[in-house]
Amino acid sequence: MADLLDAFQLGVRAMFAYQAVFFALLAIGLNLHFGYTGLLNFGQIAFAMLGGFGVAISVSKWDLPFWVGVLVGIAAAVFLALLLGLPTLRLRADYLAIVTIAAAEALRLVFRSGGSTELTNSTQGISDFNADFLSLAPWSVAKRYDILGTRWSGGELWVITVGWTLVALSCLLVWALMRSPWGRVLRAVREDEDAARALGKNVYAFKMQSLVLGGVFGALGGMVYAVGTGSQNPDQYQNANTFLAYGALILGGAARVMGPVIGAMLLWFIIAFSDSALAALVSGDNSFFGLFEWGDLLSTTDIAYIRFIIIGVGLMLLMIFRPQGILGDRREVMLDAR
Amino acid sequence: MTHAPDRVRREDPRRTPSPSAGKTGTPGHRSTGKRTLIRLLLVTFVGLGIAVLTPGVASADGEQVRGTLTTNTTGPIEGVTVTVETADGQEVGEAESDERGRFSVPVPAAGEYVVTLDADSLPEGVTVGGGGDTRTVTVEVNGREPVNFALSSGERGGGSERILAVQLFVDGLRFGLLIAICAVGLSLIFGTTGLTNFAHGEMVTIGAIVAFYLNVDADIPLLASAVLAVIIGGLIGALNELALWRPLRRRGTGLVAALVVSIGLSLAVRYIIQTVYGGRSNPYTDYQSQRARDYGTFALTDRDLYSIIISLVVLLAVALMLQRTRIGKAMRAVADNRDLAASSGINVDRVILVVWVMGGALAALGGVLLGLSDQIQWDMGFRLLLLMFAGVTLGGLGTAYGALIGSVIVGVFVQMSTLVIRDDMKYVGGLLLLILILIVRPQGILGSKARIG
Repeated sequence: MADLLDAFQLGVRAMFAYQAVFFALLAIGLNLHFGYTGLLNFGQIAFAMLGGFGVAISVSKWDLPFWVGVLVGIAAAVFLALLLGLPTLRLRADYLAIVTIAAAEALRLVFRSGGSTELTNSTQGISDFNADFLSLAPWSVAKRYDILGTRWSGGELWVITVGWTLVALSCLLVWALMRSPWGRVLRAVREDEDAARALGKNVYAFKMQSLVLGGVFGALGGMVYAVGTGSQNPDQYQNANTFLAYGALILGGAARVMGPVIGAMLLWFIIAFSDSALAALVSGDNSFFGLFEWGDLLSTTDIAYIRFIIIGVGLMLLMIFRPQGILGDRREVMLDAR
Repeated sequence: MTHAPDRVRREDPRRTPSPSAGKTGTPGHRSTGKRTLIRLLLVTFVGLGIAVLTPGVASADGEQVRGTLTTNTTGPIEGVTVTVETADGQEVGEAESDERGRFSVPVPAAGEYVVTLDADSLPEGVTVGGGGDTRTVTVEVNGREPVNFALSSGERGGGSERILAVQLFVDGLRFGLLIAICAVGLSLIFGTTGLTNFAHGEMVTIGAIVAFYLNVDADIPLLASAVLAVIIGGLIGALNELALWRPLRRRGTGLVAALVVSIGLSLAVRYIIQTVYGGRSNPYTDYQSQRARDYGTFALTDRDLYSIIISLVVLLAVALMLQRTRIGKAMRAVADNRDLAASSGINVDRVILVVWVMGGALAALGGVLLGLSDQIQWDMGFRLLLLMFAGVTLGGLGTAYGALIGSVIVGVFVQMSTLVIRDDMKYVGGLLLLILILIVRPQGILGSKARIG
């Protein structure tokens, strides 16, 4: 029981940690793509990777100030969105899906390739780039703080303060945009592309703008993740993370401003709770009604993979039985490939 | 920069999707001319079969240094002594490579170690290539650090006139036919149901892993294991259709929702496989220690040759079936126009079931072949999926023959691209081809314009 309470506490802590910020921002971007515009971007993690590495490379390799690194990351994400959007946005929805997932994987391969060592340190990764960012913190980053029974370092607190502010601003921006005529056109494109075109809207341009803006949210997420971990390695950006973000989005409710944020917090609660509950289960002498020992069934290594199984199955069940998630409206998420 | 650390990254089997890495030699010294190219062809690097764990995920077995000694022409090399010392010269342990050429030396703690290969214990004709016989590696906490020694064998081009481009073309043909076997099912499923099945790669992995367990754990010969794996693959295809996709079609689930469901399925199955099978890559027990035969301008192991022959025969059979048999014609009719096919008396649900069974069986066969030429890894199918998509899109989504042609082109292109770009970036070439095709001719080679929206 004490284990469960501990797991619960860790779960609550994870709801606010920088990983949750990271996935909230990824999902806000995906919400713009998938929820509002009906675009299937399966390579959101690539935008995050460009954001994170944009900062890391600019600061540690090119000796640029931190804020220039942020601009570099955003510019890279915009460029990627244009590159992927140009050939595919005129085509049916699944073409974008195929190209984005392939691009995300290919980009990671390029970043971890031995040929990119000079720029990305390939699989060794880059660290020592967030000192500038941490030095901006108004409190001591080295000290530890107790907040409601959870422990945080000052650095973490600074990252999540900035991170959640960024999430709030992003939500505000999405909310304002979706009330504007621009947002209404996006929804029109999602519902019926031909009708939007018949009204004289340049559907292609609107899709492209949505892809670029959502990609920039992804890049911002990558930057929060980068300063949160303090190191950047291409293998942190496995494409499965894109689908964790989809899980968060659909859980919270697509096409709702707060959907991705609530989804990301819940997702991390589930992940952290199940991780620590399972860890407690397999480390002790716990058996399944005397039939078998949990420790024999799962090793401690396996636990890290369980989250992907949970999210995969959860994604299927949600999509089949409750595609609108917690907050969404079923009529808004009945998409079909065009 | 030396080869060694460079190669360590590239051969990292969990992440570098290179079904024929180790056969194409290394780039980077290309400027030194054709002779070097031919020589490099004979050089094979070690390092397949290394467990690599996600950073931060601890392994229960403690720190160790491991690797595989093999060359293209001799196969795995047994009985070679490898010594591990600490950075200040204290010996930590030594090991001999086993019959699969593998060695592993446990080390007491994380840190820097010097690994030395005893060149005198190498068999006749095998010499240590670029990078010398020592490597310095950094073992992480609970890490299994892969060590790669470049070994070269053979008479360095003496007598035979091998040409790298021809060799890569033949490798690419083998690889492309393998992609085609897997992709035909993907394309037919798309054609008949409209579903872009992101979980198709997992059927490939399941085929390879079923054959692995039958072959390695149950000691069934690989040929029989492969047949069983193909049957099980067909059953899994049927299960897919009956338990998931048919009910979803009945519910009227949209195509985008179905696509996300297939992603969820792919994610769940992939990580279930990782939990059950583990992160390591392993070979089958049969046909591992084959020497490459010399065919004049290229060399090929027998297993690669049979892989090509099997692929060709199977694909020909599929083509004949589509062209000549009743069910084949029905498949093409459903893919062409489902409503029209239904109204002319074709049982569409039955046809789709047959397509799934066929797709599952072919994917399993492709998995076994891929496991034979590469090794079996938990995410091998998913990585192949991206190339399948490239092939299918290139040929035309939904057309069976398009998938075939497109896949072969992608396979050859990916292998031949290593003439120009680094070996570990070759899949990137396949992706660039995909984007290029979408700009120039989005419907693909054989596709029709109406499909692309």
